[in-house]
Amino acid sequence: MDNFLALTKLITPASLVALFPLLGFFVTSLFGKSLKHASGWIASGMILLSFICSLFLFLNLPTGASLNFNLLEWMKWGNITLSFGILIDPLSLVMLLVITGIGFLIHLYSIGYMHHDEGFSRFFAYLNLFIFFMLILVLGNSYLVMFIGWEGVGLCSYLLIGFWFKNDAYNDAAKKAFIMNRIGDLGFLLGMFFMLFYFGGLDFLTVNEAIKSYPINNIIIVAVTLLLFVGAMGKSAQIPLYTWLPDAMAGPTPVSALIHAATMVTAGIYMICRSNLLFAMAPHTLEVVMWVGVATSIFAAIIGIKQNDIKKVLAYSTVSQLGLMFAALGMGAFESGMFHVVTHAFFKALLFLGAGSVIHAMGGEQDVRQMGGLWKYIRITSMTFLIGTIAISGIPPLAGFFSKDEILAAAYNSHKEVWVLLSISSMITAFYMFRVFFLTFSNSFRGTEDQKHHLHESPWTMTLPLVVLAIFAGIAGFWGMPAVFGQTHLFSTYLSPVFEESKSILGSEHHAEHSTEWMLMGIATLAALISIAVAYHFYVKSKLVPEPDSETKGFAKWVANKFYIDELYDNVIVKPMMVISDILFVLIDKLVVDLVVMATAWIVGFTGRTLRLVQTGNAGFYLFAMVIGMMILMFIQLVY
Amino acid sequence: MLSLTLLFIPLAASLLLLFTRGGLSRNLALVFTLVQLGLTAYAYSVFKTDGATAFEFLRNWSVKPFINVHFSMDGVSLLMVILTNLLLPLIILSGYNRETERPHVFYSLILFMQFALNGVFISFDGFIYYIFWELALIPIYFIAFNWGGENRTQVTLKFFIYTLAGSLLMLFGFLFLYNGSPQHSLDWASLIANPSCGCNQSWLFWLFFIAFAIKIPIVPFHTWQPDTYKTAPTQGTMLLSGIMLKMGTYSLIRWLLPVLPEGVKEWQSLAIALSVAGIVYASIIAIMQRDLKRLLAYSSIAHVGLISAGIFAMNISGLQGSLVQMLAHGINVVGLFFCADIIFNRTQNANVEGIGGIRLVAPKFATWFMVVILGSVALPLTNGFVGEFMLLFGVYQYNTWLAVFAGLTIILGAVYMLRMYQKVVLGKPIMENMVFPDLFWNEKLVLITIGILIFVLGIFPKPILELTEPVLKTILK
Repeated sequence: MDNFLALTKLITPASLVALFPLLGFFVTSLFGKSLKHASGWIASGMILLSFICSLFLFLNLPTGASLNFNLLEWMKWGNITLSFGILIDPLSLVMLLVITGIGFLIHLYSIGYMHHDEGFSRFFAYLNLFIFFMLILVLGNSYLVMFIGWEGVGLCSYLLIGFWFKNDAYNDAAKKAFIMNRIGDLGFLLGMFFMLFYFGGLDFLTVNEAIKSYPINNIIIVAVTLLLFVGAMGKSAQIPLYTWLPDAMAGPTPVSALIHAATMVTAGIYMICRSNLLFAMAPHTLEVVMWVGVATSIFAAIIGIKQNDIKKVLAYSTVSQLGLMFAALGMGAFESGMFHVVTHAFFKALLFLGAGSVIHAMGGEQDVRQMGGLWKYIRITSMTFLIGTIAISGIPPLAGFFSKDEILAAAYNSHKEVWVLLSISSMITAFYMFRVFFLTFSNSFRGTEDQKHHLHESPWTMTLPLVVLAIFAGIAGFWGMPAVFGQTHLFSTYLSPVFEESKSILGSEHHAEHSTEWMLMGIATLAALISIAVAYHFYVKSKLVPEPDSETKGFAKWVANKFYIDELYDNVIVKPMMVISDILFVLIDKLVVDLVVMATAWIVGFTGRTLRLVQTGNAGFYLFAMVIGMMILMFIQLVY
Repeated sequence: MLSLTLLFIPLAASLLLLFTRGGLSRNLALVFTLVQLGLTAYAYSVFKTDGATAFEFLRNWSVKPFINVHFSMDGVSLLMVILTNLLLPLIILSGYNRETERPHVFYSLILFMQFALNGVFISFDGFIYYIFWELALIPIYFIAFNWGGENRTQVTLKFFIYTLAGSLLMLFGFLFLYNGSPQHSLDWASLIANPSCGCNQSWLFWLFFIAFAIKIPIVPFHTWQPDTYKTAPTQGTMLLSGIMLKMGTYSLIRWLLPVLPEGVKEWQSLAIALSVAGIVYASIIAIMQRDLKRLLAYSSIAHVGLISAGIFAMNISGLQGSLVQMLAHGINVVGLFFCADIIFNRTQNANVEGIGGIRLVAPKFATWFMVVILGSVALPLTNGFVGEFMLLFGVYQYNTWLAVFAGLTIILGAVYMLRMYQKVVLGKPIMENMVFPDLFWNEKLVLITIGILIFVLGIFPKPILELTEPVLKTILK
C-alpha cells in the first residue's frame, strides 16, 4: 500500500520529464529570433528541469517497484488497443539520468560553442527536440512508444547532422544517416508486427507475459529478436549498417557528443536490455548479436588506427565501443552492457567535447596532422581529454576499466575466443586513442602561424562541462566494482530486478575464481599499457607524423579508406538503384506500359480511319454490301 | 434531408458563381466552401448522436428500369465527405495570390466538382452513384484543359478517355448486376444482401476492378496520371490527387468488396500483389524523377498502392488503415503539391536538380515543407504513420513477405523525398537571380493548417477509427 501511494506521487513528474524539452523546443523555435542568445539558456534550463525531475524519480522510486501507466489511447481497432504509456523502472531511470544529465552539460557547452553561429536558436530548438524524443524512447511502456522516440531521434539526428545546410556534403551525410536508420527501422517495424500478431500487444508487460508459453529458441521469438536487432544495428551503427555514423560527424561537435556518442546510438543497447526476456529466450539470436558486436568492435578499431580527423577517430571508436556493448549483450551480460553504456557516455562525451574545444581553438581545423603541442595552450582541455583517453583505454581506476573488465570477464567465462578478440580490440583502442592524444597535445605545433595566434582556451560554459564529465569519467567505475574488491556492485544490484527473469532462463552465471579475475585485470591493464607505450614510442619519442593521404600505400591505404565499404555500397546498391530507376521510367513505364495504352488508342483511330473509306455515298455499293451481309447471316443460320 | 443540403450548397454556389466576376468569385467560392465545411461539422455531430436517419433520402425515380434516388450516410461516407469538404477551402485559399483567367468559371467548376464528389460519397444506389462518378470527371477535365500547362490538349484527352473507358466497364458491370439480382435493383443494401446474385463474379470483378484501378491508379493502369498531375493547374492536381483518386479506393470498399465478395476472394492475391508491386515500382521511379510534380505523382502512386494493398488484405487492420491513410494522404498530397506550386510559381523551374538554396531565403517555407514531407514519409506522431502502420500490419496479416516488400516504402519514401528536399530546398542556390519571397499570408494559412492537421491526426486518430469501425465490420462479414 505504501508502495502504491509512493508510486501515484510519481505520476506527475514522470509525465512532466519529457514535456520540458518539448516546451523548450516550441519556445526556442517560435520565438528564436527575438530571444537571440537567451534561447540557449532557456533550452538548457528546460533540460535542467528534466534532470531534476529524473533525480526526483530516482530518489523516490521504491526499491524493486516500477511505475507503469497509460496516458492516452492512441490507436484502437478490432481487438487491438495501442496507447501512449510510460514505464519508470531502474533501467529507464539510468537512461533518464544519463540523457538529462549529460544532455544538460552538452547544452551548456553549446552555448559557448555555437555562440557565433547564425542558427543559434534553431540549434537549441533541434537539441531540445532531440532530448524530447530520446526521453520518449526510454520512457515508453511499449515498443510502439519506443518506436516514436526511435524514429524521432533519427529525425533530429538528420536535422542536426545537416545543420549547416549550405554544405551539400553535410546534407548527404544527414540523408545517409536517416536512410540507413530507416533500413533498421523497417526491421523494428516488422518485429512489432510479429509481436502484435502472435503476442496480441506491444507493451512490454503483454509481450513478456505472452512469451512465457513459448519454448526456448522458438522460431517466432528468434524472428522477432532478429528483426529487433536489425533495428538496433541501424540505430547503434553495427555492421553492416554502421557507415552513417562516421559521416555523421559533419554535424556540430556537441551533436556528435550528445547524439552520436552518449545517447542516441546507445538506443539499440537499451532496446535489447528492455527486451532482455525475449532475447534470453532466443539464444540463437544472442549468438548473432555477440558475433556482430565482436566483428564491429574489431573492424572499427582497425579503421580507427589510420584516421587523421580527430572526430573521425572518435566516431570509429564509438562504433567499436558499441560493438563491445553488443558483444556483452550477446553473452547475456545485460547489466555489463548497460554499465558500459553509462561509463562510455561519460568519457566519450568528454572526448567529443574536448575535441570540440580543440577544434574551436584551432579555428575549425580537425586534422591532427596540423595540430600538436596544444598542451601548453589549452590546459583544461588537454587535461580533461587525457582523463577521457585514459578512461577509454581501460587503465584502472578510471571508469572505462571497470566496465570493460566486466565484459572481458564475462567473455572469458563463456567464450574464450571472444575474450581474445575483444582484448585485441581493446588494445587497438588504447593505441589509437593515445595516438590521437599525442598527435594533438604533445610535441610542437604544426599548424599555420595564423592558427597559432588564434589558439585560446574556451569560455567557462565549455570548460565546466569538460571538468564535470572528467570527474565522472574518473569515478563512475566505482559504481560497479568487481567482486574481488569485496564491494557490492551497486550498478548491477540496482538493475537486477529488470534482468531477474532472463537471468534465471540463461542459467546462473559462472563466476570466476578470484585469482582468475586478478589475472584478467592484470592482462587487460598490461595490454593497455603496452599499447600506450607503443603509441608513445611512435608519436612522442620518434615524433612520427602520419603521412599525407597521397603517400599512404598498400594495406594502410585500405585501412585509411575504411576498406572501401562506402564505395562498395555505392557501387552495389546506390548507383544500380539510380540506374534501375531511370530504366524503369524510360523503358518500362514510358515505353512498355504506356505503349499498350497508346496502342489501344491507335487501333481505335486506325479502325475509324479505315472504316471511313467505306462511306463512299455510292448507293450501289451499299446495296451490294447489304446483300453480302444477308447472305453471310443466312449461311450462319444454316450451319448452326 | 441533410444529404440533399450537402449537395445543394456547392451546386447552387457553382451556378451562382457564373454570374460574378473577378475577385468576388474567389471570395464567394471560399465563403461557400467554408459554409459547406461548417455543415459537414454539423453533419458529423448529427451522425454521432442520431446515426444515419437524418441523412436518409429515398425516392423512386423510375419503376422500369427500377431506379431509386438513394442518399444515405455511414461512417465511411462521412469520412470521405469530411475529407472533401475539409480540403476544398484549402484548395481555394491556395489560389489567393495567383492570377487565374476567368476566375468565375474556374471556381464554378471547382464547386461543381465538390458537388459531384459529395454525391459520389453519399449515393447508395448504383445508378445514382454512377451518375455522380461520371459527373465528377467533367469539371476536372475542363479545369485541366483550359487552365493547364504545356501539352494540355493531348494529356487531358488521354486522361479523359482513359478514365471514361474504365467507367464504361463499370457501367457494364452494373448492368450485369442489375439483370442478375433477383430484385432487379442496384440499391446498395439489396446488393450486399444478395452478394451471390447469380452472376459470374469471377469476371464481373474485373469490370469493376479496372474501373477503380484506373481512377486510383494501380500500376499498370497509371500512365495517365503523372502527365495529368504535371499538366493540370495545381488546384486541379490537388483535387485529383487529394480527393478524386479517393473515389477509387472508396469504391473498392463500398462497392467491390461487399457486392462481389466471391470475385474478390478469387482474385485477392493477384490484386494485392499488383498493389504491392506498384508500391515498389513507383517508389523506385520516383527516386530519379527530375520533374518535381511528376516525382510527387509517382510518390502518390506508391502511397495509394499501399492503400489498395491494405484494402485487398480484407482484414480490419488493412481497411481501417486504408481509411485513415485516405484522409492522411489527401491532406499530405495537397500540401506537397502546394509546396511544389509555390516553388514553381516563384522560380518558373520544375527541375528538381536545378533549384536549390531555398532554405536560405525562405526559412518558413522550408520548415513547413519539411513538416509535410514528414507526414508523407510516415514519421510517428504524424498522420502518415498511423495509416501506414495499420496498412502494413494488415498486409502482414495476409502475408509476411508481402509486408516486407510493401514495407520497403518506408525506406524508399525517405530516399526520394529527402533527395528531392535536399536538391530543391537545401544547399546553395543553383539558379542565378532567384527571387524567392517567403510565404504569403494565404500560403502560410494553408500550410500551417495542413501542418496542424498532420500532427492532430497522427496523435489523435481515434475519432476516425471509431467512426468507421462499425461499417467495416459489416462489410467484412
